[in-house]
Amino acid sequence: MKPVKRRMKRRPPVVAILSAVVLAAVAVCAAGRELLAPHALDQDVYLGVVGAGVEGHLLGTDQLGRDILQLSLAGARSALAGPIVVAVGSMVIGVLLGTFAGYRGGIVDMLAGRYADLLLALPSVLLAIVVAGLVGRGYWVTVAVLIVLFSPSDVRLVRGAVMEQTPRPYIESARILGIRPTRIMFRHIAPNIVPIVVANLLLNVAFALVALSSLSYLGLGVPPGAPDWGRQLADGRALLGDNPLAAVVPGVLIILTATAVNLLGDWLSELLDRRVVAR
Amino acid sequence: MNGAVLAFALRRAAATLALLLALSLLVFALLYLAPGDVARNLLGTRNVTPEALARIRELHHLDEPFLAQYWWWLSHAVTGDFGTSIRTGGQVGPLLLDRTGVTAATAGLAFLLSVLAGVPAGIATAVRRGRPLDRVIVAASVVGVSAPGFAVGLILLYVFALGLGWFPVYGTGEGFLDALWHLVLPAVALAFGLGAFVVKLTRAAVIRELDQDYVTFARGRGLSERRVLRLVLRNAAIPIVTSLGLMVAYLFGGTVLIEVTFALPGLGSLMEESVLFKDIPVVQALTLVVALVVSVTALAVDLSYLAIDPRVRARAVRR
Repeated sequence: MKPVKRRMKRRPPVVAILSAVVLAAVAVCAAGRELLAPHALDQDVYLGVVGAGVEGHLLGTDQLGRDILQLSLAGARSALAGPIVVAVGSMVIGVLLGTFAGYRGGIVDMLAGRYADLLLALPSVLLAIVVAGLVGRGYWVTVAVLIVLFSPSDVRLVRGAVMEQTPRPYIESARILGIRPTRIMFRHIAPNIVPIVVANLLLNVAFALVALSSLSYLGLGVPPGAPDWGRQLADGRALLGDNPLAAVVPGVLIILTATAVNLLGDWLSELLDRRVVAR
Repeated sequence: MNGAVLAFALRRAAATLALLLALSLLVFALLYLAPGDVARNLLGTRNVTPEALARIRELHHLDEPFLAQYWWWLSHAVTGDFGTSIRTGGQVGPLLLDRTGVTAATAGLAFLLSVLAGVPAGIATAVRRGRPLDRVIVAASVVGVSAPGFAVGLILLYVFALGLGWFPVYGTGEGFLDALWHLVLPAVALAFGLGAFVVKLTRAAVIRELDQDYVTFARGRGLSERRVLRLVLRNAAIPIVTSLGLMVAYLFGGTVLIEVTFALPGLGSLMEESVLFKDIPVVQALTLVVALVVSVTALAVDLSYLAIDPRVRARAVRR
């Protein structure tokens, strides 16, 4: 007979290290965009679209004669900045609302629950398309819309984690000591839900990256002409015959970056989970 | 007992109805969020006289208070009359029906593919936890979850349609077999992320059951692995079916991007066109229809437990 419980082997840190390296590279490109890709937006309409290796363009150009390599490097900024803001923003709402709902219960809990029900009944990408399309376009408007749409699941997550802490003896004794509820919530409970929050933050970044680039792909994210992987894909759709790299390179970059963030998030949540159990 | 089960079912149905009502209000409010004058949009580029504007406002009940307008819209919507499209000038209802086939076929095919591939893969990895096959499939599923459908779709187009020439590039094709052939790449692109999701949740559900005491006991009693697995799968089925229901929502989000990528004339590409054109009646109708499909699916999944699992039935009655 096989052993009943096989201990999960630790994920080789190689994967986590590789993910961190990929992310670090993207972050460097995002921060040093002006230095690394100074000619990202230079157009050369006379040149037009050329394939890889022509006239010093390692990855070719798009229909406006923009260099795909430079454009892709420059796209790192909108691929990282927006998703991080979305993840942090929705998590702040999630922690504030979720903690109150989980600890206090009552009407706050009811309202937070209904709010989550309402927004979770529709696919968030679809809602984002509708709201961003009708209310206003532009990168930061889209980011704000995504914060609102991502927050319900964070509220639920934090609420559940807080409700798990509330009946524990340390909270009861804090109550008996007469400590103010806000202090109990944010000084006593909060440190215990940090692992869940941090791990989920990374997973949210990956999800937001996919959502934001989807919206850019549809023309609802960054303004036309701005360097962005989603928009590059949309522009490259018509160029699959002339210079397929115009679509394939940003496509691979989105997949690679999102995968790296997800892998790092999985690894982190496993690590933090083990630490919580060990305590 | 049966009466109590029925009461539970009715309560759930009422809650769904209330949710849909709230959603319809939200959807209708979109009209007010959107910048621009609806009456002017309806008139288009024609010469606009104040009389014509007033006439249009009266005709579309735009001069009445918000709630009256909402009621007017909703009472027509439930009969399938969603008004007139600003872009095409035609009725919204027939327009939606016209586009439903392609979307239903693509989404259905993608759903089938992801379940047929994802569930067995998830079970296989759970049983071989920690071994090489598990590692490879888990890693692949992380990539699948991270990859947006349109990026996968474009790469598939490049490799299989342009490079190898096995599949057509765009369009829907003619005749049943040709149409199916045209839908293979879009469905695979959609199923890529979905299947990865199915693998993840199947694996988690099966592993959770494998760790239960009854499995240890069954093995201790000398039951064959086959029979143990059968017990495990029956118990793991519940969370898997729930998530399959939730995936319907995910499918609708993904189908917009896939249809745009493959130039398919479905509901998703209609949504994209209508949003970009600010064709609000169509957007409202589409959003409401999606909300209806998603929440009715959730309701059906919930109610199906009553039939599948006696424990759920007992809990529903006790409440």
